[in-house]
Amino acid sequence: MSAEQLAELSDLFVVAAVLLYVVAMVGFAIELAFGRSRPGRAATARRVEIKQPVAVGAAAGGDTVAVSDEVSAGPADASPEEPAVAGETPPGAPERAGQDDRTMRVAVRTGTVALGLAWLGMIANLTAIATRGLAVERWPWGNMYEFVVAICFAAVAAFLGTQIRTNVRFLGAFVMLAAALGLGLAVKVFYTAAGPVVPALDSYWIAIHVSAAIISSGLLTLAGVSGVLYLVRGDGMSRLPSRAELEKVAHRAIVFAFPLWTFAVIAGALWADRAWGRYWGWDPKEVWSFITWVAYAAYLHAKVTAGWRGRAATIVQLVAFGCLLFNLIGVNIFIDGLHSYADVD
Amino acid sequence: MSVQELEREQAPKKASFGAVAWLRWVWRTLTSMKTALILLFLLALGSVPGSLVPQRSVEPDKVARIYEQSPALAEWYDRFQLFEVFSSTWFAAVYLLLFTSLIGCIIPRTATYVRELRRKPPAAPRHPSRLPHSATFESELTTEEVAGRLRKLRFRVVTGDGWVSAEKGYLRETGNLFFHIALLGILLAIGAGSLFGYRGNVLVVEGDGFANTVAAYDRFMPGSQVSAESLEPFSFQLSEFKVAYQVTGDKRGQALDYSAHLKVNDTPGAPARDFELKVNEPLEVNGTQTYLIGNGYAPVFRVTDGKGQVAFDGAVPCLIEQKTTMTSGCVVKVPDAQPSQLGFLLQFLPTSVPLTDGDHASAFPGELNPEVKVLGAFSGDLGMNSGKPQSVYELAEPEVMKKLKPLVMGTSVPKPLAVGQSLDLPGGVGKLEFTGVKEWITLQTNYDPGRWPALVFAATAVVAIALSLMIRRRRVFVRIAQGKAEVGGLTRTEGSAAGFAEEFTEIVQVLSAGEKDVR
Ligand code: HEM
Repeated sequence: MSAEQLAELSDLFVVAAVLLYVVAMVGFAIELAFGRSRPGRAATARRVEIKQPVAVGAAAGGDTVAVSDEVSAGPADASPEEPAVAGETPPGAPERAGQDDRTMRVAVRTGTVALGLAWLGMIANLTAIATRGLAVERWPWGNMYEFVVAICFAAVAAFLGTQIRTNVRFLGAFVMLAAALGLGLAVKVFYTAAGPVVPALDSYWIAIHVSAAIISSGLLTLAGVSGVLYLVRGDGMSRLPSRAELEKVAHRAIVFAFPLWTFAVIAGALWADRAWGRYWGWDPKEVWSFITWVAYAAYLHAKVTAGWRGRAATIVQLVAFGCLLFNLIGVNIFIDGLHSYADVD
Repeated sequence: MSVQELEREQAPKKASFGAVAWLRWVWRTLTSMKTALILLFLLALGSVPGSLVPQRSVEPDKVARIYEQSPALAEWYDRFQLFEVFSSTWFAAVYLLLFTSLIGCIIPRTATYVRELRRKPPAAPRHPSRLPHSATFESELTTEEVAGRLRKLRFRVVTGDGWVSAEKGYLRETGNLFFHIALLGILLAIGAGSLFGYRGNVLVVEGDGFANTVAAYDRFMPGSQVSAESLEPFSFQLSEFKVAYQVTGDKRGQALDYSAHLKVNDTPGAPARDFELKVNEPLEVNGTQTYLIGNGYAPVFRVTDGKGQVAFDGAVPCLIEQKTTMTSGCVVKVPDAQPSQLGFLLQFLPTSVPLTDGDHASAFPGELNPEVKVLGAFSGDLGMNSGKPQSVYELAEPEVMKKLKPLVMGTSVPKPLAVGQSLDLPGGVGKLEFTGVKEWITLQTNYDPGRWPALVFAATAVVAIALSLMIRRRRVFVRIAQGKAEVGGLTRTEGSAAGFAEEFTEIVQVLSAGEKDVR
């Protein structure tokens, strides 16, 4: 296949990914809208492993009494993709008729289909990146368009990867929305025809530095989405999982992403040392990477500071996420510096 | 730590505020987590203007433009040191406070940590099954056998009468400490680099050489501890400079590769070696790096004056006016011309093509059809002896320009000169010949002794923060009585309980392996 054909193929796969993400988003949204409501605070109880050969009792929070029959507390017929969460049905909630049960089952099935579509979308997204790379014969994240396409992939991959081990399907609709909007933005605003990059970008460091930045940005997007949901969701009943769970998802994503981001910034400094003759020069992009890093460090400190956990920490996290987004998009468009590789006119 | 801090915050506040008590209060406040948090915020916030206001060290030309366009604003910026945020007093105040706070954190934590390292896990509680994670199974194992299996899982283990307690994950604290210490290290390395290092910029034309001395630089920025003798005594000659351009497609004219061929003498007496200087591939001589950071054209001119003598012969580095076509503006000053000095304003077109209106423009950045447009030729006193600093890219100050006599200007501009062509000036005052094209490169030379230490600390920071965030501290307790083993576990790290559940199950499996009667 010629380079032009590969480049065209890549563009088609981006469009396919957008469509798949949009349909998946609708599916996830239906599941969310007709699925089960959950209480705000009570659901701190941990997941109970049923298939273990030994009894593993899980007591909530500081409770000292192990409630051993919690093992069977979850609905016994829970579908495999929906792990039993102890205490899901609030005490005293009126039992609904069988009709609602059926709606709920359909909703869950819709969600499962959406999950499959999300996987397909991710594969299309990945294929778009790979074919682009083959077309231009270099690492395919040399300009803003390619970079945004890759971050959307990373965010979806972070979501689906987390989903393998922990049920975070409630995030689906929002991650799909973010990814579809991101790809749309890439195609409509940032599109750059396949081609070579300037010599400064022609380095193996792009593989190291930019990949780390992309992966951590993907994870941090996941955390950001959870953070927004945390604020949107009150403490009452909601179709969204409890605030504690949302916070946990966000925290875990950040805990993974922070060292990676640290590494990305340092790899960037190493590259700058090769290309520009200094490892740190307070170029706008460097300034905002630093701000983002400090803001996430502030989040980690807020998590262990009395009076800052929960809502305040989430707000810090979202401010940090705002800094990240501004760094990825705003700095390239509004401020020019050495890093102005965006190729956006 | 957070527990200690809570205790600290809840400690009864003394009413009497003697000097010692006051100092202690200052120190405690400064080293509290809340203060660290606020200082982190301030650090982030303080960096913002550094990206919005042009910085003197990064974009001096933009700073100068603000001074020209809105002097009042520039003055305000200057008052708050906004043109040099990252070396400003207030920014330094924030990070020095933060690092003081950090030291105040590190010292007591290190002491606690060393104690912790030697401490044994606490005795098992009476009922391990009441812990957040627990299991009970029948077991014939002795406490020693249980302890052995846990040691194999790399737990630190103590045993007692019918109980075993085990702990793991000490690297978390290690990571946290090393991370914070590494941050201090990075700051010190940067500081050392700016004291003992230097940076210099120089422009070199093809065929010319450069020797690493303070005088050879166009701009030299030394740290306060750098002496002129401490510069690494290397030199080199630029034999050739080449640029490869994309010739087809949307990106036509984009540079693909820059390559400067150097003959380098590492020390004055050493034999010359060949070196291919490229972007991303600096020249390194004994810890001093030289980078290729810019390039342009330097057409060669010969000027013969009114008396028939060659008054100027050489390459003239031109300022790039348009990057995509490398259209460049050149100034030729001939102070030695007789009977009066001569000056030329020229435009260099690397790939000249005629336009429909008879004018010419460059269509490609590469040197395919180099031509020089003569925009103006002047005679008269160029004012070069005024003692004022002269720019090589400006013919003369505006008031001096007014007094010059235009020889060629406006509509009388002739057709562009190709290589080998010349322009005879009216009135027989001289002749301008365009004899060839060379290229110039700009180089940056860097010496930064803090570079390697900074890298080592940075690498430490990454590894340490990964350890600190990924590893959880966890304890497992076992009590054995009447053929039954009661196992309980807990993790001391917030937010990681879910992951521990799986590990706990595995631990229980290991402990109960070989037992048939698993409940
Ligand atoms: C220079 C700025 C600083 C940065 C970038 C920074 C960064 C970090 C990061 C990323 C963590 C997360 C590790 C974890 O959660 O275990 C952390 C933890 C911690 N930091 Fe800092 N830190 C800084 C300054 C400080 C200062 C000044 C203090 C002292 C008040 C401090 C005290 C702590 C403590 C006590 C923890 C442990 C939290 C825990 O137990 O989980 N840090 N720091």
